[in-house]
Amino acid sequence: MLKYVAKRGLMLIPVVIGITLFIYVIMSLAPGDPATLILGPDAPYEAVLAKRAELGLNDPVLMRYVKYMAGVLQGDFGSSWYNGFNVLTEFASRLPNTLTLGLMSMAISVVVGIPLGILAAVRQNSMLDYTTLVLAMLFASIPAFWFGLMAQVIFCLTLGWFPATGAESLKHFVLPALTLCTGSLAAQVRLTRTSMLEVIKLDYVRTARSKGASEQRIIGKHVLRNGMLPVATRIGTSLANIISGAIVTESVFSIPGVASLLINAVKIRDVPVVMGVIVVIAVFVGVVNLLVDLTYALIDPRVKLEG
Amino acid sequence: MKYKNKSNLTNKSQLGLIAFRFSKNKLAMVGLAAILLLILMCLTAPLFISYDQVYKQSMANRFITPCAEHPFGTDQYGRDLFARVLYGGRISLLSGLVVVASAMVVGLTLGGAAGYFGGKVDNIIMRFCDIFMAVPRMLLSMAVVSALGQGTFKMLIALAVAEFPNYARTVRASIMTLRNQEYVEAAKCCGTSSARIIFKHLIPNGMGPVIVSATLGLGTTILAIASLGFLGIGVASPTPEWGTILSENRTNIRHFPHLGLVPGIFIAISVMCLNFVGDGLRDALDPRTKN
Amino acid sequence: MSESLLTIKDLHVQYNTDEAVVHALNGINLTLKKGEALGLVGETGAGKTTMALSILQLLPAKVGEITKGNIHYDNTDILAADNHNMRKIRGAKIAMIFQDPMSSLNPILTVGDQIHEVLELHFPEMSREEKDQRVDDILGLVGIQKSRKNEYPHQFSGGMKQRIGIAMALVAEPELLLADEPTTALDVTIQAQILQLMQELQKKFNTSMIFITHDLGVVAEFCENVSVVYAGEIIETGSVEEVFARKRNHPYTVGLFNSIPDLTTEAKRLIPIPGFMTDPTNLPVGCKFVERCPNCMEKCKVQLPPMFGAGHKIKCFLYEDRGGNA
Repeated sequence: MLKYVAKRGLMLIPVVIGITLFIYVIMSLAPGDPATLILGPDAPYEAVLAKRAELGLNDPVLMRYVKYMAGVLQGDFGSSWYNGFNVLTEFASRLPNTLTLGLMSMAISVVVGIPLGILAAVRQNSMLDYTTLVLAMLFASIPAFWFGLMAQVIFCLTLGWFPATGAESLKHFVLPALTLCTGSLAAQVRLTRTSMLEVIKLDYVRTARSKGASEQRIIGKHVLRNGMLPVATRIGTSLANIISGAIVTESVFSIPGVASLLINAVKIRDVPVVMGVIVVIAVFVGVVNLLVDLTYALIDPRVKLEG
Repeated sequence: MKYKNKSNLTNKSQLGLIAFRFSKNKLAMVGLAAILLLILMCLTAPLFISYDQVYKQSMANRFITPCAEHPFGTDQYGRDLFARVLYGGRISLLSGLVVVASAMVVGLTLGGAAGYFGGKVDNIIMRFCDIFMAVPRMLLSMAVVSALGQGTFKMLIALAVAEFPNYARTVRASIMTLRNQEYVEAAKCCGTSSARIIFKHLIPNGMGPVIVSATLGLGTTILAIASLGFLGIGVASPTPEWGTILSENRTNIRHFPHLGLVPGIFIAISVMCLNFVGDGLRDALDPRTKN
Repeated sequence: MSESLLTIKDLHVQYNTDEAVVHALNGINLTLKKGEALGLVGETGAGKTTMALSILQLLPAKVGEITKGNIHYDNTDILAADNHNMRKIRGAKIAMIFQDPMSSLNPILTVGDQIHEVLELHFPEMSREEKDQRVDDILGLVGIQKSRKNEYPHQFSGGMKQRIGIAMALVAEPELLLADEPTTALDVTIQAQILQLMQELQKKFNTSMIFITHDLGVVAEFCENVSVVYAGEIIETGSVEEVFARKRNHPYTVGLFNSIPDLTTEAKRLIPIPGFMTDPTNLPVGCKFVERCPNCMEKCKVQLPPMFGAGHKIKCFLYEDRGGNA
């Protein structure tokens, strides 16, 4: 078990190196000199040279990369090229907003999505089932930012029930969390339903019936746990969706979170900031996936974690 | 039986059967018809409305609500929204297709090689794909955009980079199950080259799941293009693209809801239709998954 | 003569699928006495499993439909029984052993739990210790060490899993056991062990049994009576001695006998039954066996033969001389 965890942890290293190296390399191949970009096209040549030296741009790409990674290993993600702030500090200060948003919408999609999926499966082909499916399909297809914009117009600007932007109180997070959860909620419902239906028709469910178990017991004891296995493995995927969705949601509702940090950095090509955010999120996603696999081994006795 | 089902997907009667099952799926047929109609409308846009309407500003005609002359109204610069949405559709849909097609070429080649050769080659290729799957797709595209700089073409590359591992994985999985089939052995016995076996035998037979994920992938890609456009790091204004159009009109939606509704509905409808078609294809290819 | 435990009268079952209506059972009549072991023989798709599932009311919901007939179990009208009463019968009075032990056990519950569940459902008043003891006892009887009850199905071999299936079916000491090809999915050597085990346990508990199989040899060894099923009808029924005497048989039964090797007589070629089973979506009006029957007469094609004979009954016009509908 420990061996497995260690091995999976080690496997994250090449992934992180790979992704950072990839971005670093295409960055150096991309046209345009960062120093000139920062100082503007009219900056004197000497100033540009000085800036290049300051940013360490005169070293070969690989050397810069190694230096950067050495820093990262010591917890130093560098500073913004433009504003000079420390990437990690800035990230940490914005993290609570993003976490609140992400956790809230994850909670909504799990708490609403799983029971709805189960209900739809148990009452397959009923009105409830069809309605749920159509709504899920609709929610899966509506872009989150559009949903957010519309919610903002209706509930904030017209009805005035919620504040339109900002992140001061929990009330500010209600609409953003609802906006963000639409996609993963839809996915959760569909996945749960399909997975339950797959299990319901299996032989051992018939065996349970032949033992005289009631329908509630069959669903609760035999179908649910087996049906939840694929749902559990998809938590990693739905987390990735949440992160992607958080980017547009934070932008719609002007929430000062990690995503808005990233959007600004991407617009101005602030490389250390982009790199920092990517590295932290890659590690985070990797760790969550590892936790999911460990949980999986707990619920399914057939799964052995091989070291 | 299993062998027969999987190996004959390109067989005429099998294809006929798949087409038959697909045609019985009402949602999928409606989806297919709607998406084809949408594509046709975008392609034939010059027949309804001239290209210069897309950019022609007219301060006298700002914020016109939908009427006979401007079916979708006009925006803050008096540009015709109908023209912008139709011409924008050409960019949104075409960009989606380009991204999916290029991601498929890369994904199929890598996944095909990984699945066929197995062992070390498989390991190296799949670890390579893992790298790109470690970061949520949207984030990866943004990182690539920031490294390459903004621009439509660069954005397409960024999205393709984020999309190709998906196809590599799908095709690898189906080839893994196919490669030990007897007809592959037979081809090997005849001295057929590896490349020929991959392209002639394995890929056509393993295409089913790939086509399904390409259809669904086209939907998510169109969403991603729109999201990047909305964030202002995708197709740059004033070039019309559905996400970009939404972004331009963002501040005016409150008073002129049509500015927000129209592009949003176009995005939602195309994504939804592609999802219907993708689901329908999946059920048609493998009737067992249908409930 | 002991009283009858199970009576099935004119049972018709059909499966309504998207493509067609499958007529799975077409007028099944059957009586089972207390303590009797009845062999139900027929090829794949003849409707044997459907019959077992009908008795337990476990036909696939919405697809499987009983269109006609009735089933009485020990004074209970099964088809009229509500869900609540059916649950009291399933597992406690009538238990079933399924064909495929690999897929019939829940992969994420220990085998002990799964056997225990039957007791929990039917003996809520029993103490925890007593239930545990019963589980240990039944595991011992089917030849599994009780220490293994905390293991999961995937840790057992196919034969062992079927032993667990048997333990699960017998733990509540049911009056009737429906064994649906319990050995088909197993290796030949394991088959013999499982059969022997079932025979011993059936005697021990004095359980009535319907043993579904396509193997005539197993029936001869194991059952007192045998019914042959073809295309959803019982076409011959009688004691094992009468049927296996091979003096008077339905042409289909003759075909079945001819397609198994017989070591006691001089070696000859096996004679397979020509053709395939009748399409259950499009059944002939007369005898269902007409297309494959070597003795087919004109009348067989237009008229459904009744059961001829008493005791040993055959549904074929060849035996019309034995007089009327018994």
